[in-house]
Amino acid sequence: MARIIVVTSGKGGVGKTTTSAAIAMGLAKAGYKTAVIDFDVGLRNLDLILGCERRVVYDFINVINGEASLSQALIRDKNCNLLYILPASQTRDKDALTFEGVGKVLDELSKEFQYIVCDSPAGIEKGANLALYFADDAFVVTNPEISSVRDSDRMLGILSSKSRRAERNEEPIKEYLLLTRYDAQRVKSGEMLGLDDVQEILSLELLGIIPESRSVLSASNAGVPVILDEKSEAGQAYSDVVARYLGEKRPHRFIDGKQSFLKRLFGGRS
Amino acid sequence: MSNNTPVLEFKSSTFFAPILILFNNDMIAIEESLQEKINLAPEFFKDSPLIIDLRELNKHQQDFDFAQIAQIVRKVGFFPVGIRGGNEQQNMQARALSIPVDPGRDQANSATQGEPQKQDIAQQPTAQPEPTVANEAAQAVAASPPAAATTLINQPIRSGQRIYATGDLIILSQVSAGAEIMAEGNIHVYNTLRGRALAGVHGNTAARIFCFDLQAELISIAGDYKTSEDLNKQTYDGPVQIYLQDHALIIKKIA
Repeated sequence: MARIIVVTSGKGGVGKTTTSAAIAMGLAKAGYKTAVIDFDVGLRNLDLILGCERRVVYDFINVINGEASLSQALIRDKNCNLLYILPASQTRDKDALTFEGVGKVLDELSKEFQYIVCDSPAGIEKGANLALYFADDAFVVTNPEISSVRDSDRMLGILSSKSRRAERNEEPIKEYLLLTRYDAQRVKSGEMLGLDDVQEILSLELLGIIPESRSVLSASNAGVPVILDEKSEAGQAYSDVVARYLGEKRPHRFIDGKQSFLKRLFGGRS
Repeated sequence: MSNNTPVLEFKSSTFFAPILILFNNDMIAIEESLQEKINLAPEFFKDSPLIIDLRELNKHQQDFDFAQIAQIVRKVGFFPVGIRGGNEQQNMQARALSIPVDPGRDQANSATQGEPQKQDIAQQPTAQPEPTVANEAAQAVAASPPAAATTLINQPIRSGQRIYATGDLIILSQVSAGAEIMAEGNIHVYNTLRGRALAGVHGNTAARIFCFDLQAELISIAGDYKTSEDLNKQTYDGPVQIYLQDHALIIKKIA
């Protein structure tokens, strides 16, 4: 049986798809057969981030409608042969997603894969609800910014009440926090919420802080998940996230930001 | 001509009525002490409706004639409008006198004998693990329909969630901004209260709100409310209680 992870946030533009691509790649690199599904029907992006947009023939909706088999629609990643992508349809909308259809696809994937990552669309409508309904674990992606925190809080309410686990009275979905686009300098100067401020409201297990980094944008444009960029801070942060999720203990980095060479030399702390 | 105007309409409403709990089947003593109480506040009790509670009597299996009790309370000026906790025979007597029988609330009561009532109530919150949280937003859910005891919740109430309790509501975790908690009784929040809290929603002006850290968007007791704009004028370090005094919400630090 696969473990189903939903990457969700409520708010748009916080880094759900970047995170989905990175952790799916991380899990596959760690040796687990992993599928990543784009639930953002009509606004499909995951294939771009993973650089497989030119190989999309069939999509998630085709599989739900029985127009293609799963094996026809799944795209094997070119960097890692344990990672498969199920792209969203660009020509349809969220209404094409059905409860039974999604359940059937996830059941079938569960037989073959060890992890299934569901990249949720923004909002709290059908697409987002279906993406989280079947989940075992939730990665709540939040920016250090008040509206994002509020939306994540709302999402957590939905996770604890509108999921399959909640309806069946099973053990609740395990919720993890991923703080993305974190700028330690701006936190220090009081322009941005700090980790403590966010945790005061959300109080979740922190899986990692992803620092704001230029490498995220260039990785997206290049179609290579940022986790493969081992030199970048964001890439390292995502590697930490995957390792922590898999049970490894790693100290949290990037909370205070890197000190400049001069500051380190003179021990200055301004 | 006025064919189109309806003759009648049904509406639901809640009324308050005193409940008379009997501990003893000594009819003479009952009448005496009832009269004594009435003499203390004759205007208050005059023509008042009354519900007669027989639980204590039946718990100790004291025999008595319900018709006689009904007669006594009528004599001293009450209108008996209900009976609860009666056994089958007493309920039948009540119906014969056109006095309604309250069916549900304490099913355990007529069945269990000798079982201490208090334990019953204390166990209810834990026996039903978070019944309301499971039902999100849209529907505000009554905690546990038959027993209006206490609802206990030990997980965070997130933005957008609504909790409704028919009795008291105790929350051990935080209540987020954008969440709404309502109770017909008191509300206790043993953490930070950031959302909206409405106590005594059915008009119980004696209901109170207690919380460890008041950062609420809105607080209300029996319909009188304050918004965060008013609340933020003062900060309270530590636990506070909120109660109603002459239609004004009083916020007091708990020392």
